[in-house]
Amino acid sequence: MATATTSEKAKQKSDIFLKYLRPRKGMPSVWCAGCGNGIVMTAIIRAIDKLGLSKDNIVMVSGIGCSSRMPIYLDFNALHTTHGRALPFATGVKFARPDLKVIVVTGDGDALAIGGNHFIHACRRNIDITAILINNNIYGMTGGQGSPTTPSAAFSTTTPYGNAEKHFDPSALAAASGASYVARSTVYHATAMEKLIGEAISHRGFSLVEAVSNCHTYYGRLNRQGDPVTMINSFKEKSVQVTKAKKMSPEELKGKIVIGKLHEVDTTEFCDVYQSTVDRLDGRK
Amino acid sequence: MTDAGISNKADPLSKPQSKYDYSKGPEPLEINMKWCKACNICIALCPKQVFEPDRDGKPVQARPENCTQCTICWVHCPDLAITSNYK
Repeated sequence: MATATTSEKAKQKSDIFLKYLRPRKGMPSVWCAGCGNGIVMTAIIRAIDKLGLSKDNIVMVSGIGCSSRMPIYLDFNALHTTHGRALPFATGVKFARPDLKVIVVTGDGDALAIGGNHFIHACRRNIDITAILINNNIYGMTGGQGSPTTPSAAFSTTTPYGNAEKHFDPSALAAASGASYVARSTVYHATAMEKLIGEAISHRGFSLVEAVSNCHTYYGRLNRQGDPVTMINSFKEKSVQVTKAKKMSPEELKGKIVIGKLHEVDTTEFCDVYQSTVDRLDGRK
Repeated sequence: MTDAGISNKADPLSKPQSKYDYSKGPEPLEINMKWCKACNICIALCPKQVFEPDRDGKPVQARPENCTQCTICWVHCPDLAITSNYK
């Protein structure tokens, strides 16, 4: 009897997922077996649990795509919006209720192709939103079309002879556009991702966490990268910590994924600046 | 126990082979077979080879005595199907 109670108490520590899942909302998820979106979802749950935030004070906004189905499973205030427009909706939520924590879950096609302009302007405003960009290098939900992050010469259903275009680096794009916190992790480094997501949520200003994920159903199959296990293990071989990457030459870094906290600056945040403007004008009246 | 895919208990065949002391409590990990999609990630990433696939490819704890509660399996489970009984 005594062992049962201790194990039950201990079990609550690892059983935090159930606290954050919507009851009767379709678990198991619609994602393919071994999809990295689920690993990112558990990392978000653990990060939020570690921060001790209330479920009522979190708004999760998403657009359209595989990754954007996450708010359906997670028991936060959810907003499932139009394709690419998750960040404008989130900007509106944050602007109206600056006390809420706004988390945007978006995919690479959602944020960078159709919502590319919204993405760079959300970065430019430096509004206090945490964007978690799940980068699987392809449009997964609609059938494996090439996305802005599909690497050169990689295959997809719209680039059957190899992609002739160059690809975006979402982290570099966000840092250049003015985001004040940019980090990258892969689904293999799930514990590091949890830490980075926690830092991003606590950070005041626009923070981007790029979660490099696997789409073995389309990207892995068309590019002969094999099953989810092979793809996840390949992230381990390809990734380089940011401290080590600083000492490496660009030739050595070709094809590598630099992980860790890439960029952090301390600048003014949009809601603060707006509030100070309001206060200043109120005082003048 | 005819429907092995639905049951949350380990494969009955694996129990006599393991050296795990069941008198101390349940197995180290609990696997939700209803949510598991047999993606093989936990079986491949476990550094101590605790799991073996059953006939559906879903994990069963063949060597539960090896488990060190390193959290790799339930951190990497995309379907939230693995929880620890002790951590």
